[in-house]
Amino acid sequence: MTRPMIEVQDLVRRYGDTAVVDGVSLRLPERAFVSVIGANGAGKSSLLSMVARLLPASAGRALVAGLDVAATPGDVLARRLGILRQDNGVAARVTIRDLVAFGRYPHSRGRLGPADHAAIADALRFLDLEPLADRFLDEVSGGQRQRAFIAMVLAQDTDCILLDEPLNNLDMRHAAAMMALLRRAVDERGRTIVAVLHDVNFASCYSDLIVAMRDGKVVAVGPPDEIVTPAVLREVYGIDVEVVTVRGYRTVFFYR
Amino acid sequence: MPAVRDLSARPGPGWVLALLALAAAAAVLAYMTVGANGRWGFVLPFRGTRVASMLLVGCAVATATVLFQTVSGNRILTPAIMGFDELYRLIQTGLVFGFGAGGFGDPRLRFLAETGAMVLFALLLYRGLLDRGGHGLHRLLLVGVVCGVFFRSLSQFLQRMIDPNQFVVLQSGLFASFNTVRPELLALAALVVLAACLAVRRLVPRLDVLLLGRDCAVALGVDHRRTLTQVLVLVAVLVSVSTALVGPVTFLGLLVANLAYRVMPTYRHAFVLPAAALVTAVTLVGGQLVLERVFALNAALSIVVEFLGGLTLLVLLARRARA
Repeated sequence: MTRPMIEVQDLVRRYGDTAVVDGVSLRLPERAFVSVIGANGAGKSSLLSMVARLLPASAGRALVAGLDVAATPGDVLARRLGILRQDNGVAARVTIRDLVAFGRYPHSRGRLGPADHAAIADALRFLDLEPLADRFLDEVSGGQRQRAFIAMVLAQDTDCILLDEPLNNLDMRHAAAMMALLRRAVDERGRTIVAVLHDVNFASCYSDLIVAMRDGKVVAVGPPDEIVTPAVLREVYGIDVEVVTVRGYRTVFFYR
Repeated sequence: MPAVRDLSARPGPGWVLALLALAAAAAVLAYMTVGANGRWGFVLPFRGTRVASMLLVGCAVATATVLFQTVSGNRILTPAIMGFDELYRLIQTGLVFGFGAGGFGDPRLRFLAETGAMVLFALLLYRGLLDRGGHGLHRLLLVGVVCGVFFRSLSQFLQRMIDPNQFVVLQSGLFASFNTVRPELLALAALVVLAACLAVRRLVPRLDVLLLGRDCAVALGVDHRRTLTQVLVLVAVLVSVSTALVGPVTFLGLLVANLAYRVMPTYRHAFVLPAAALVTAVTLVGGQLVLERVFALNAALSIVVEFLGGLTLLVLLARRARA
């Protein structure tokens, strides 16, 4: 493992007496696609939110590109780390182009220069949003909205991107396209992407590394070959599954 | 696929702003001249004071409302609904109760003391509430209504115990009316509003980012807590100015802010804020003109304002419920 892009040391988040994240330590490499899997309430989103400084940690610390997220000024961190959570409501009517332009705020402070316009155009092209760029956000489908938000995070031009359930609201076709696109962002642009995923099969087919969580703790970390096994998945989700290898990818059958 | 809206078909934000400025100028001109049958040397300064106070109050109310709606992330809440002007009236009453109507001597000194107390209490009360990005509209609305009723009951309780002479002094400041503007406060109020507007200008890029919600704003590097504090201070100051000048008219903000969002073809605060101020100027000056000339001063402005503001709130709530 090269220099870690994200380093988490004994991170804890408590609500009253219950710890939703209970002493997590991780070292995630740069230029990798990392998936975080686990049952509902396993602490995946809380972990991501703490790394993203959206939620203060009860104990422990998180470093992104060597910067302590709790101590680094927000605007400095915003040029290294991009985040997208679920359900993003916008309180005003904005077009997709406006939204993507917001991604340039850490660099432009609201005054867009030539470099910003180039980055916006590039992000729109990368997500195939050019024909929709001047549509209002409340006039497009859920999948297109999701893509617009991803474009905003990509326009932010950060080394590291955290995504909380990027496949939410996407059908089969758009989910696969989204994963292929994120994979390209890692391979072609050298980004590090950490995504919370509910679909183990997508995690298995596209990730370099999978982090499996249960009850606020990390159960296992490793490449898909080590994680997508009946034994590990029984520990993570508490059900028995069948793992089938299709075209070299380990996939899970659990439907009945 | 629905037809893509042709953006060029609508006038740009600059044009809309120019039209609004024209309408405001027309309203001011009409107010200054219609039915003037006295000497101009008396009419102009007399009406000029009122127009100046209306423009000031309009700017303060509109700016405070748009700022508050941006940090609270929705367009139904206003400082008035959250109990801001009731809080200001409680502070006014409390100061008269504690120090007497003549306690501060100079009304300007009292105004500054009231504004200072207002800023302090507004921060204590509302910052925690909004800090975690709100907790849903209904909870905020409920908190606001409860706060408003609580502050009002407290000030009514204090007013009952106040010396009757001092109560008369206090009462003159508690009703919304442009007929009893206190000219001694006008210059100071103008200065305060100007300073607040300059401070708002510096916040404008951050305000735009805050429209994406707390999480996105933090992700884009905006110091959410600091910005929220600055905005609440400005809102408290602006509400104090308008309430001190003419009494509670901040409910008007709901109406004019939503009108401004409707007419402005952009989300950007650099355009929305002046538009809201101009819409308020048109509404206030025009409304006062109708009040004076048509109803011959038989209706109070506060009744008109609360009637229209209340109607707007109901319409907005009903539309939100259906959506």
